[in-house]
Amino acid sequence: MMKLTDLLRFLLIALLATVALTARAQLSIEITGAGANRFPVAVAVMEGESQLPRSVTEVVRGDLERSGLFSLVEMGPRPMSEAMPPDFAYLRTRGADAIAVGTVVPAQSGKYEVRVRLYDTRQEAQLDALTLTMTPAQYRATGHKIADVIYERITGLKGVFSTQIAYVVKSGGQYKLQIADSDGANPQTALASNEPIISPSWSPDGGRLAYVSFEAKKPVVYVHTLASGLRSVAANFKGSNSAPAWSPDGSRLAVVLTKDGLSQLYTVNPDGSGVTRLATSSSIDTEPAFSHDGQWIYFTSDRGGSPQIYRIATAGGRAERVTFEGSYNVTPRPSPDGQTMTYIARTGNGFQVAIMDVATRQFAVLTDTGRDESPSFAPNSRMILYATEIGGRGVLAAVSSDGRIKQRLSVQAADVREPAWGPLPR
Amino acid sequence: MRYPLAASMLALALLAGCSSTPMSSDQGASVEDRSAGAGTIPTVRPDQPQGAGLAALRDPNNILSKRAIMFDYDSFTIRGQYMPLIEAHGRFLAANPQMKMLIQGSADERGSREYNLALGQKRSDAVKKALMLLGAKEGQIESVSLGEEKPQCTERTEACYAENRRGEMLYAGEF
Repeated sequence: MMKLTDLLRFLLIALLATVALTARAQLSIEITGAGANRFPVAVAVMEGESQLPRSVTEVVRGDLERSGLFSLVEMGPRPMSEAMPPDFAYLRTRGADAIAVGTVVPAQSGKYEVRVRLYDTRQEAQLDALTLTMTPAQYRATGHKIADVIYERITGLKGVFSTQIAYVVKSGGQYKLQIADSDGANPQTALASNEPIISPSWSPDGGRLAYVSFEAKKPVVYVHTLASGLRSVAANFKGSNSAPAWSPDGSRLAVVLTKDGLSQLYTVNPDGSGVTRLATSSSIDTEPAFSHDGQWIYFTSDRGGSPQIYRIATAGGRAERVTFEGSYNVTPRPSPDGQTMTYIARTGNGFQVAIMDVATRQFAVLTDTGRDESPSFAPNSRMILYATEIGGRGVLAAVSSDGRIKQRLSVQAADVREPAWGPLPR
Repeated sequence: MRYPLAASMLALALLAGCSSTPMSSDQGASVEDRSAGAGTIPTVRPDQPQGAGLAALRDPNNILSKRAIMFDYDSFTIRGQYMPLIEAHGRFLAANPQMKMLIQGSADERGSREYNLALGQKRSDAVKKALMLLGAKEGQIESVSLGEEKPQCTERTEACYAENRRGEMLYAGEF
């Protein structure tokens, strides 16, 4: 497997390097590794789509392709209507196990109705059908929703094509906290500052970001409502304030404060009130993250002499050590499904993204890069977005939880860091 | 650059030196001018030190113009070579209780940003404690961390990492 995937990866990188010459301000995604058994699916050009200025079909295809889980069966330029049952026998000879067909029809006030059906070609059965209404400008959002349905029907996991990511771009002396679609499209700047911004954390409803900004010449935790641009101070005590993490119900923020001495764990309300000390130690305690059920807070502590991952019950109690292997394990991020935890381990190759099974405590290193940091799970727990460095430049990368699928997201001529994958849209 | 602040102060001092030359000759010509007013009433700024104190902070020949303390790898102990510097600032703070100081601790870039923020805090706290032993008061000093976010040196060498493991002492008005 090693040799073949390495060769494949090399060829893909070589191919994509030539494609990537087109300069783009937004994040561009390269696939640098794909799943071993990709599901063959056909996405036919939707009938009537030529009425739209931009293709929805291409968005759906791009999403499925980039996921690394699907191989797209070439269907040619001929549109296939959702009103007509597809030719299953022919599709099987083409090697497609599933097909999506669709129709675009004009609706009221400049909008369009998009009707899509998904079929299993072997069972000759309809898997799903959906109707979406869109303005022509919403072609990407519509494509992402269709891809989400196809992904969920076939893999059994929620699609994350309609989600957003947050990250920090450093360009010259400027820092920008940006929000983009999960494919890197539509980047928008929520905060631009001459001072660093780190540790963005999405509220569970996706409406707010908590982060650390150094605009006051010291680290202060802010909560920023994305729709309005309004923000408030969540923690600005004497000393440093950092590492915000939302509780799963969105009612509390875990933060790290130094107001009583060393970096220690506290919780606050998002408006900055109700500060409560979570744990007391005579060591550094930082990087808190709630488990999916809110029962545990995972964190980094050097109480044992080297930075390692521990967890403590949210209700209080004794801290329990989670990592034992190696001399540097940091930035724990429990998966949304509760099964695993991702973190950064220092190995012989540097700092790498690792994953641990919460029940068995078995772990594996997932990446082949050596300057990884800030891992963040996709809401379906399938992919992990993280920051790394390639050619001396900060880039974002994503790796599947089994380590097989690898993607790279980069912005031309800028350092990208501190990614955080947003929740599923509500 | 090792002491960017000191260097900019030096530049300021040189500029001030240049512009003062014509002023002194003017003063020589206007000895008889006894008209009341301009320049004779000093402005009192309670937030800033009076007279010699402020000048000392900016005088490149004065130890008080030096502000940085470097730390060993994974260490939070102030090395002996910095004790004269700590003593000078500690005594200055004790003698000027209206002065406020911000200490920004830093770490080298290796590893987690948040963990490095905590390491920088341990360094700024170490500086704060040392200054307080010399008479500075808790209310005068805030120790914070910049983690790995504001490196003085951006090369990936041990020398550069060593320069970035630091505590920087800044007086009110300097940050």
